[in-house]
Amino acid sequence: MNANLLEIEGLNKRFDGVKALADFSCSIREGEIVGLIGPNGAGKTTLFNVLTGFLGTESGDAMFRGQSLLHRRPHVIAETGVARTFQNLRLIRRMTVLENVLLCRKHQPGERLCDVFLRWRTIARWEAENQAGALSILASVGLEEKAPDLAENLSYGQQKLLSIACCLATGAELLLLDEPVAGIAPEMREHILSIIMGLPGRGRTVILIEHDLDAVSKVCSRVIFMDSGTKICEGTPQDVRSDPRVIEAYVD
Amino acid sequence: MDYLLHIAILTAMFATLSLSLNLVAGYTGLLSVAHAAFYGIGAYTAALMAQELHSQFLLNLVAAGALGGLIGVIVGVPLLRVRDDYFVMATFAFQIIALGIMNNWTAVTGGPLGMSGVPRPVILGWTVSTQWGYLGLAGGLCLGVYFVMRRMVRSPFGRVLKAIREDEVFAQSLGKNVAHVKILTFAIGAGFAGMVGAMYAQYSSFIDPSSFTVMESIFIRSIVIIGGAGSLRGPIVGAVVLVTLPEILRFVGLPSSVAANVRQMLYGGLLVVFMLWRPQGLLGEYAFEKGSATG
Repeated sequence: MNANLLEIEGLNKRFDGVKALADFSCSIREGEIVGLIGPNGAGKTTLFNVLTGFLGTESGDAMFRGQSLLHRRPHVIAETGVARTFQNLRLIRRMTVLENVLLCRKHQPGERLCDVFLRWRTIARWEAENQAGALSILASVGLEEKAPDLAENLSYGQQKLLSIACCLATGAELLLLDEPVAGIAPEMREHILSIIMGLPGRGRTVILIEHDLDAVSKVCSRVIFMDSGTKICEGTPQDVRSDPRVIEAYVD
Repeated sequence: MDYLLHIAILTAMFATLSLSLNLVAGYTGLLSVAHAAFYGIGAYTAALMAQELHSQFLLNLVAAGALGGLIGVIVGVPLLRVRDDYFVMATFAFQIIALGIMNNWTAVTGGPLGMSGVPRPVILGWTVSTQWGYLGLAGGLCLGVYFVMRRMVRSPFGRVLKAIREDEVFAQSLGKNVAHVKILTFAIGAGFAGMVGAMYAQYSSFIDPSSFTVMESIFIRSIVIIGGAGSLRGPIVGAVVLVTLPEILRFVGLPSSVAANVRQMLYGGLLVVFMLWRPQGLLGEYAFEKGSATG
């Protein structure tokens, strides 16, 4: 249960001379919810982009279940079990909520073109199962009533919730959530936080980026504070919040 | 009557071309302007086979489709490394190169003079020689392509195509092999365009490069846009409108030298009107102006 799921060692990434990641290391255990905090430009989203294959690195390594995540294309990384949400919220807005979740499910025979023509009966049956699975995921986050609506017609908070449901639907073990509750009304915020807290119980491990320290303290078992691409300190939410360097960064 | 049948045959062929381009441009969001090049590749393939080998029409059709698809893969691999506007420019370049080859590889294509006397289609000993027969072939091909498209776009595979059109990065983050799917789709579109080329060559019995220019590619795209990109029936409606409308001009009594120009103005005018007031086309769900701008 406490084996390290993700082991990051000495990651370096620079943009035109600016160090976005500077010797960043950390390890994530299975079943944890780890908060990643730090000022804007600290390299938090860069780290997510590196881990999911959208950005390359100069040096270092990131091992997920003993396999390196680096130098792999994003869709290959997604296949190995790492899913993410995006800060600027990516969804297929002109598809229904249900279709978005269906799209996220992995290993669908109906996505292979030869099967579409040669095994269409099997696919019809599989699609029905797929739909049941997608609906149960939607039910588990409280969006089942919105299933037939277009994603663009959901409220901002519901869209953020849907993006988490999409991550869940991929079946990934490690979920990287980029600001899951930023800019959301209090009621929905509490709802999303309770969903996140339930994720380890569903066999998921979570790293989340969030500026809202109260939210982080509430859901995270461990917090990493980073600035200028390096880890400044880590520990329980209380410890990190009382660290003078963190206080300095967050008081302005 | 023969004239009306001729219009119907042309409509069926352009509807098929547009159906195949719709898969690429309307569903997957790849705004290619090289479709006429693949159409031409198929036409020359079938013309050569019919002339040199006296082969069966269905064989020519399959060969034209296969070669179109193969060249689609070969050019798709480098072209699809670039996105959006750059992709449009890259397909434009391929279209120009393909036309250059058709015009200059005289030994094979006959150069600007084209190829005449392409034999009529032979299907198991039956030679198609009536307009009704051609309409059957062209209509059958159109219907076949329509059902293939329908199966594809309504399947989970079609869902992936739409996801790529709407948000490529999101699709990648979900584990979809975007590059692979794009090349596959581009090649399928090219293959069907090649098949229509075979149909056209053996129908008109004369082909020359002027039928496969970039203007023709843009015409096919106009059908997709006006009919409705990303809708199954849109291209068929678009083909009916854009092929028959200019024919009506013939009866207005314009001199033929003016009529050709009026035709171009009509296409241009229609495109502008649709882009301004109905970017999703007559039946479409996907507006080009919004979809293509987002990365």
